[in-house]
Amino acid sequence: MALVPADLLYSQSHEWVKLDGNIATIGITDHAQAELGDITYLDLPEVGRMLQKDSQFGEVESVKAVSELFAPLTGEVIETNTGISDTTELVNSDPYGEGWLIKVTVSNSFELSVLLEAADYEKFSEEDGGGH
Amino acid sequence: MSEDLLKTPLHAAHLKLKARMVDFAGWDMPVMYTSILEEARSVRTGIGIFDISHMGRIIVSGQGATALLQAATSNDVAALKFTQAQYSLITNYEGGIVDDIIVYRESDESYLIVINASNAAKDIAWLHSLRQSDDVVITDKSLETAMIAVQGPSAPAAVAKLFGDDSILDTPRFHYVRSEINGHGVTLCRTGYTGEDGFELIVLATDADAIWQSLLDAGAAPCGLGSRDALRIEAGYPLYGHEIDDTTSPVGALLMWAVSMEKGAFTGRDQIAEIRSNGPSRKLMGMVCKDRIQPRQGYTVYIGNEAVGAITSGVFSPTLGHSVAMAYIDSKYAKSGVEVEVAIRDKRAAATLRPKKNLLQP
Repeated sequence: MALVPADLLYSQSHEWVKLDGNIATIGITDHAQAELGDITYLDLPEVGRMLQKDSQFGEVESVKAVSELFAPLTGEVIETNTGISDTTELVNSDPYGEGWLIKVTVSNSFELSVLLEAADYEKFSEEDGGGH
Repeated sequence: MSEDLLKTPLHAAHLKLKARMVDFAGWDMPVMYTSILEEARSVRTGIGIFDISHMGRIIVSGQGATALLQAATSNDVAALKFTQAQYSLITNYEGGIVDDIIVYRESDESYLIVINASNAAKDIAWLHSLRQSDDVVITDKSLETAMIAVQGPSAPAAVAKLFGDDSILDTPRFHYVRSEINGHGVTLCRTGYTGEDGFELIVLATDADAIWQSLLDAGAAPCGLGSRDALRIEAGYPLYGHEIDDTTSPVGALLMWAVSMEKGAFTGRDQIAEIRSNGPSRKLMGMVCKDRIQPRQGYTVYIGNEAVGAITSGVFSPTLGHSVAMAYIDSKYAKSGVEVEVAIRDKRAAATLRPKKNLLQP
């Protein structure tokens, strides 16, 4: 069973969002990393780039597949997890911790209400199966 | 899973291990159990086992079997001792490759041939079409047998222990021996597709599960097709449908070591001789990438703005920590050390051409 922490918000493209005041940390879910298998490469945006909700902001590649990353929120990238570019397996082993991907400033708090709560994401990801 | 997919005798064992299953050439096969990278590393450092029962196993026997295989395949089967196997190609009239195979000679006029799952029906039909005599019989043994590859530096010792026979360790590469399990014959061939030492076992379908379980109990890691692919790319081995197909010649694929031009006539020999004398327009090369992003089949290879080739296979190397690949490169640029770029989506990935051989060796 994939882990779905209760204190996070989720997108239907299998990103998670952790809010800390005005800062949102974003990564991919345990379900997403399990579907992809061994993650070997991350393409993350430059710090300072403005992300539009639902637009592609990077990609995550595993031995078997490439998956686009979609911004769950509109906002400016203020930090990226460049420290794991050579240890991308951390996205597999610790997707909600050391395997986080980017931090953005939340510019439209209404968008938060469109994201899924943990229970709803859990149901969604079970039904979605191999969707990522 | 589709109901129509074929299942190997080890199918239930894969499900028990919670393998991720995929359709491979019409077979429901394990692509990985836990991690493609960890499975590959197990083979490089210890011992891994692969269910390769999906590969076709056919017997060509009877008066005229040697003549049929001399005509249908590129290598010289007459040079084989009765304990020996060889890598070979089934070639077509254009000098292209119908399949790459391993031929085991059993006696004067009997051969076991291991063929690719994706080509099994095509190969059998092709061999029938070249058959000159009704005395030659082609028997498909694929469904009544299973095949398990045991690979890695610790593999030979584990196999010897399983069969309780240390003399198995004396088997040279590309030779085979017969042994027994439960009173049933087993063929153990010192071959593999990983670049490591090891054996490929051909066993009765009904014995496969017990042998698989014994090897797991001996500490072997179950390995899926994902790690098998990564390992063979690191080792510089071609895969049908990637590096070779009906339109590629053994000259450009650098497989002339598996072609005997001296043995006499065989299908496509004159065309291969012509390609060799003119020089192939492109050659298969190895490639070592600087980054982790993976070149995949069909991606274009550039020098500056000039497209000079196309990727046939690529993978993140579990051993090296960056990607490796194979590619057909325009012959005038196909030299080791040439710096190239691979177009990967909206990016260019830097890489260096290498000879098509084991990419793990410096």
